[in-house]
Amino acid sequence: MAIVFQKPHALTDKPFHYCPGCTHGIIHRLVAEVLDELGIEGTTVGVASVGCTYNSYDYFNCDMVQAAHGRAPAVATGLRRSLPDRQVFTYQGDGDLAAIGTAEIVHAATRGEKITTIFVNNAIYGMTSGQMAPTTLIGQVTTTTPFGRKPELHGYPIRVCEMLSTLEGAAYVERVAVNNVVNVRKAKAAIKKAFKVQMAGLGFSIVEVLSICPTNWGMSPQKSLEWLEQNMMEHYPLGNYKGKDLEV
Amino acid sequence: MGERLLMKGNEVIAEAALRAGCRHYFGYPITPQTEVAHYMAKKMEQLGGTFVQAESEVAAINMVYGAASAGVRAMTSSSSPGISLKQEGISYSAGSELPMVIIDIVRCGPGLGGILPAQCDYFQMVKGGGHGDYHLPVLAPCSVQEMYELVVEAFNIADKYRNPVVVMGDGYLGQMMEAVTFRDEEPIYKADKSTWAAYGSELKRPHHTITSIYIEADVLEAHVQKLQRKYAEITANETRVEEFNCEGADIIITAYGTISRIVKNVIKDAAKEGIKVGLIRPITLWPFPSASFAKYADKCKRFLCVEMSTGQMLEDVKLAVNGRNEVEFYGRTGGNVPSQSEILEQVRRIAAEN
Repeated sequence: MAIVFQKPHALTDKPFHYCPGCTHGIIHRLVAEVLDELGIEGTTVGVASVGCTYNSYDYFNCDMVQAAHGRAPAVATGLRRSLPDRQVFTYQGDGDLAAIGTAEIVHAATRGEKITTIFVNNAIYGMTSGQMAPTTLIGQVTTTTPFGRKPELHGYPIRVCEMLSTLEGAAYVERVAVNNVVNVRKAKAAIKKAFKVQMAGLGFSIVEVLSICPTNWGMSPQKSLEWLEQNMMEHYPLGNYKGKDLEV
Repeated sequence: MGERLLMKGNEVIAEAALRAGCRHYFGYPITPQTEVAHYMAKKMEQLGGTFVQAESEVAAINMVYGAASAGVRAMTSSSSPGISLKQEGISYSAGSELPMVIIDIVRCGPGLGGILPAQCDYFQMVKGGGHGDYHLPVLAPCSVQEMYELVVEAFNIADKYRNPVVVMGDGYLGQMMEAVTFRDEEPIYKADKSTWAAYGSELKRPHHTITSIYIEADVLEAHVQKLQRKYAEITANETRVEEFNCEGADIIITAYGTISRIVKNVIKDAAKEGIKVGLIRPITLWPFPSASFAKYADKCKRFLCVEMSTGQMLEDVKLAVNGRNEVEFYGRTGGNVPSQSEILEQVRRIAAEN
């Protein structure tokens, strides 16, 4: 009997601990499928960060290094500079990458480090129970913006892809979403291209994935997807921000 | 005997690391250690190694964390305020059991303090600095020659025990020029890192994970206890001390780094006045050479601890003496150094009072 669907080899058998409806599972799977399809699981080292995915090292079958909060791009720099013939990726959330780790991601990008960053943006801190993230939208209620995010009190949400795409060292920058089948397929294509850009030695690559957090948004998964489509996509337009025409 | 050169302490640090096989250096400029980075920037490019001037001390130590995870010999260097920033990464590195060498060329603090030499980082390097139950071997050279030897040794200890190792010198040791004799070949401890490092599995083994997080209490406790057993082994095997003139001494001075050299002159001066003075010079500040103090605690009349701080090593000396004798203290700080005559004056006073 032909196998038509199975778990990617680059994922372990360990069950995900993520909340019901969380899209981390989909994104993990996409990364693993790409590692499988490019045949690079055995030559890749991943960097887990701090947040809900702190132990993604239990889920990915490649070698993994767990980094301090926000420091994954620096750790990945050390890894990649020591392993010139390997691939290195970081898997980071919005608090990790766009708040405490802003310096690390900006400088890894501007140095053109040959690493790939999977940046999961769900506009909230998940693991610490729903605080305002740097990507939290104006008006969005969180546990630290109980009356909604107000620009005069909390500033404005950061658009990471737009910011990083201004840097010469960033070769490939794309924003995707995993809200429906079409976008999931586009997300996978972007992740694959990002790894190929790294393998071609072209520089830093990042894929921002708009994601949902039903638990901390206080919505059903279905409602969360609608909220993402109606609110996040407006502030964070999907598409390529750099490296669209790179042939890899 | 190998090459003999006149070199600056900071350059010797870099040269020693290169001779020890380190090809991955990550740093951030800060006085008074920046020459380490200058030397590394030049040599790494020539040797095909890695030199990265990081965006911050925080990033630099995390780059070392990544390189050490990959299984290569890696180092960073900094000075006091920069080391404060590195402490997060140092704690993670201790927790993840990553071999690396961290150089601290100490300047005076607190805060931005000043750029002049001091020994007031004893607490932050020896007592932890970062969070959690961990220890780092801290090696304290007193000359440029010893700086060279201890930097090589630091890489060996780091690899042998899978632990970060610190070489700590006061600013003088980084800035002074002295003759240094290099060995033709370095004694390199060969560690098999293939059993744990994250360098790509080639699908030939289960994947490796480098981590310091253990969510379950019993699992974390077991990990911390494992570290403690390692620290006990390091204490048993790696404690280093110089005892000078201690047999029959009435006063034993204890000092490390630059001060210990001044104390040796004080010992000569005091001998001319008929005062018998010895020196216990800890070479490892952790593990602390407590046994040397215990040995003389009932034999000498007094201990005198001299530091370029307001009394940090003093606490460990008192613990080692354990109430069996009095420990007096003399220190200068702010970039000032206890002079030969100032220390001799203390010796005369103690001799007269006892």
